[in-house]
Amino acid sequence: MEKKTLTLWVLSLFLLVLKTSNSLEEGLESTRMHDYAKYHPMEEIYTWMEEVERGNPELVSSAVYGRTYEGSNITLLKLGLENPEGKEKKVIWVDCGIHAREWIAPAFCQWFVKEIVHSYKTNKKLEQMLQNLDVYVTPVVNVDGYIFTWANESTRLWRKSRSDPPPNSSCYGVDLNRNFNANWGTVGVSFDSCQNNYCGKAAGSEPEAKAVMDFVGKMVNQTLCFLTIHSAGQLILLPYGHPQITAPNYDELVAVGEAAAAEMKNVHGMGYTVGTSPQILYANSGSSRDWARLIGIPFSYTFELRDKGEFSHLLPEEQIQPACEEAYAGALSIIANVHDKTFNSGTRPNAAVSGVAMGILTIMVVSFTAGVKV
Amino acid sequence: MMATGELNPNHYPAQRAAKVVQHYLNTRYGSPYRLLGLQRVHSGNAEDVEDSGRKYQLEISVQEMIGNTTEKCSAEVLFPRGEGQRSPQVQASCEQLLKVNNTAQEEALYKLFKTNQSLLSAQNLPDSYGHIEPDMKPLWHLSIVASSAVMLNESTENTLYNMAQVANITQLATENDQVKFDCHVLLHEMVSQEIIHWKLLFTWSPPEGVKVLQMEQLPHCHDCEKPPNTN
Repeated sequence: MEKKTLTLWVLSLFLLVLKTSNSLEEGLESTRMHDYAKYHPMEEIYTWMEEVERGNPELVSSAVYGRTYEGSNITLLKLGLENPEGKEKKVIWVDCGIHAREWIAPAFCQWFVKEIVHSYKTNKKLEQMLQNLDVYVTPVVNVDGYIFTWANESTRLWRKSRSDPPPNSSCYGVDLNRNFNANWGTVGVSFDSCQNNYCGKAAGSEPEAKAVMDFVGKMVNQTLCFLTIHSAGQLILLPYGHPQITAPNYDELVAVGEAAAAEMKNVHGMGYTVGTSPQILYANSGSSRDWARLIGIPFSYTFELRDKGEFSHLLPEEQIQPACEEAYAGALSIIANVHDKTFNSGTRPNAAVSGVAMGILTIMVVSFTAGVKV
Repeated sequence: MMATGELNPNHYPAQRAAKVVQHYLNTRYGSPYRLLGLQRVHSGNAEDVEDSGRKYQLEISVQEMIGNTTEKCSAEVLFPRGEGQRSPQVQASCEQLLKVNNTAQEEALYKLFKTNQSLLSAQNLPDSYGHIEPDMKPLWHLSIVASSAVMLNESTENTLYNMAQVANITQLATENDQVKFDCHVLLHEMVSQEIIHWKLLFTWSPPEGVKVLQMEQLPHCHDCEKPPNTN
């Protein structure tokens, strides 16, 4: 009698283990089957986030931190490992898709997560960073706008959110990257709701912007770095968008930005220009990048990914991989720099950059040539 | 406060002026097999010209996008001041540009347009995924060249234009030796981030190049969907 019960238990345990590892396998399989070199509609991105979390529970968790105007979840993935000494984790923030038509940005956030998931176990430096840092990634902030760009061919170039027209207007949407509480409404904006840089009726009036500010605001003391991903133009923008305001650590922001641009150029030869928005693009206010720097996050950058005008926001799918590879190198360069500054005492940024970046780049090159199936 | 004297080549004043040179070069030399793109600004200088406007002198590198060759050019751009909206005046010298021989390809394409049973037409170049069918690429190139005339005309120190998409392009019948097209293009203006719609009527032939006959800005289509019924 006892033997049979024992056998039954062992068998059940065996089946349970098999089932769990199967669904883990499935989770990994489906993230491997998710084509990172294609653009995905929002439903597929939501599903993918669930799969990544399910397939990598020791690394990935998710959180819904807000609702869009139309009521969709604003979801992030949190990537991090347990700190072996139980030390407090610092925070890196990455958001994509504030502007609906900039499809390469959400594509990059998916790529970024995939790269980390696929390489952290074999990359000692990455593993160490994930023990010290929690990386919060929002693949699509402006879910309503992104969904709208998928509706039909005529909506593809929508930029703003999809909030209702204000009184006396028939025009939808607010430019979320002019709605943040950072010198709101002062420069590079329009108060005409029909314009593409309409900044909304007040700072943080838009639920998407408010969600980011509320969530990051709670972690501001732990947050080292804020990266907001856009297209196009091949630029790395540092704060501030207002021509008369300079960040206190401007020189350092430039140095770290230039190091990132150098790493990006090493990947496929593409040049990225580093500077403030008023220097290399145009003056603007109310951007997420400016808000982050203003509340005290020391490193805050806007990445403007490919290209420089041939396709602009309609970047061909065959460029997704190379664009993401170079953007990943740039983002990692900044994150590693920021990490080493915080956690390795006495390490000068330049030395840290070349050493760390070379290490990461080597691993990347090795895994690319080894034919990592994505 | 406008930057005067030597310009930082990476900053927007020189970059915007250089983009105007790109539009000028495409208007003058562009074809289905020759498309110029601004690659880099090496140096720039700006000065106020009394009673005329503002003149930029630039050293730039331009890339021929189809053959993937690069060439250095010197250029001057004058943004006029004063009454009425006048287009920038551009002078540029890029010696190597015309030396690339694409005559055979152009003649073949011209013959195709002229002898095809039905008139060609296409929509959404590129499509939402950035894709253009290889057969449609010459139409896309022609539209960029034609759009460059508009972008050249419309450019100021406060704009940066690129063609975002061809909404549609239709070949029209002609009695003469030109090939004729009617197209609806979407231009992206970077500083305002607006998408501006233009309708263009243009002709092309290998000897004549692209000639824009008519250009018309279309009204701003807010959502391209009907506003809520307020009746």
